[in-house]
Amino acid sequence: MSEVKLFGAWFSPYVKRVEMALNLKGVEYEYIEEDLKNKSPLFLQYNPITKLVPVLVHNGKPIFESTVILEYIDETWEGPSIFPKDPYDRAMSRFWAKFVEDKCSDPLWKACWAAGEEREKAKKEAEEALKILENEIKGKKFFGGDNIGLVDYVANYIAFWIPLLQDVVGFHILTQDKFPNIWKWCYELCNDSFVKKNLPEKEKVSSGLKRAVETGSLY
Amino acid sequence: MAKVQVIGAWFSPFVKRVEISLKMKGVEYEYIEVDLINKPPLVLHHNPIHQKVPILIHDGKTILESAVILEYIDEVWEGPNILPKDPYQRARSRFWANFIDQKCVPATRKALWCRGEEQEKAIKEAREALKILECEVKDKKYFGGDQIDYVDIIGSFLAYWMRLFDEVAGLHLFTYEELPSLCKWADELCDNKYVKQHLPDKDRFVDRVRGHSKTTRSV
Repeated sequence: MSEVKLFGAWFSPYVKRVEMALNLKGVEYEYIEEDLKNKSPLFLQYNPITKLVPVLVHNGKPIFESTVILEYIDETWEGPSIFPKDPYDRAMSRFWAKFVEDKCSDPLWKACWAAGEEREKAKKEAEEALKILENEIKGKKFFGGDNIGLVDYVANYIAFWIPLLQDVVGFHILTQDKFPNIWKWCYELCNDSFVKKNLPEKEKVSSGLKRAVETGSLY
Repeated sequence: MAKVQVIGAWFSPFVKRVEISLKMKGVEYEYIEVDLINKPPLVLHHNPIHQKVPILIHDGKTILESAVILEYIDEVWEGPNILPKDPYQRARSRFWANFIDQKCVPATRKALWCRGEEQEKAIKEAREALKILECEVKDKKYFGGDQIDYVDIIGSFLAYWMRLFDEVAGLHLFTYEELPSLCKWADELCDNKYVKQHLPDKDRFVDRVRGHSKTTRSV
């Protein structure tokens, strides 16, 4: 029987993606909550390079970076697929996952934390990217079609964390008015019975974000 | 119309990654050179989102983003593996390729093109990132072992283009004194039969960089 460990932090969207993937495949694993202000020697031994969560350890071998881990999970274990089977569809999924991470999530996050000119610049970038994403999700329940796929996993950040952060800082870019298709997808994703079980508590995340805004530190 | 087409620019390391990979697989393709200053309708049609090259067209389907294209090429065509077969080794390859593209390349770019405090900070980051890479490639001919693989192809940016920029800018980030294994790897890679024929002419490229740097800090 294989031994699977996951080092994570309860509030991290990157960690939640991996937990969701492991649960999708029905993989039993040991979850280890890591204090990111005071990282354990064991954790640093497994990931001395980036020192970030999530880290998946399978039979003693560490794998880092959430999207790399998702590919590994899909390749290693049987069960429902995260990636499409067809090479062209896989390429499209990888393309959109990269687009979501680099062009949407990043500027949305920056816009919420920044001020002045920097905030306006990030807001403009985020809005341009969201317009493109709005078009991509049009007519679909999920980015993966009828079932969630890679892009839905990677965009979990936008669906759950960003709306909470926007409310905490009082600065809204992603709204139902401006992006009705994305907003609908956010609702579908966060209320999907499987996804729901793999999200942290809203109130706990909101409190954590409020504290981060007040102290200026995320951890 | 050719079954496989690559839309590219002669100086682009991202385009060369794709050409190296197609060469490895023995795939015949039509190469279409485009002017990126006056982008033709072909680029805007196939890549309306980013309007960049490389663009791979296979049987009428468009695939974008060099790292995504490399995975596609590996999945579709027989021949030498670009990514290892073993899932754990694949995960390691994907991680290191991401590390090169997300840490080494941006840091070295900033180190070469910024000035003042920003440059000093970037130089420090670049040195740290390259030292980590130095440890990973140590004692190996290539990141892929005896044959080039995904990490080497992605890393060709550093081995050829970044070393040229470093030479032009006189920063000496890539020296045998500081990075003996990485420099040795770079020399081996640039001499590799699949890579060598796709590297742009050094003088022509340096002229372009020198001309470009007078008008813009962007590469």
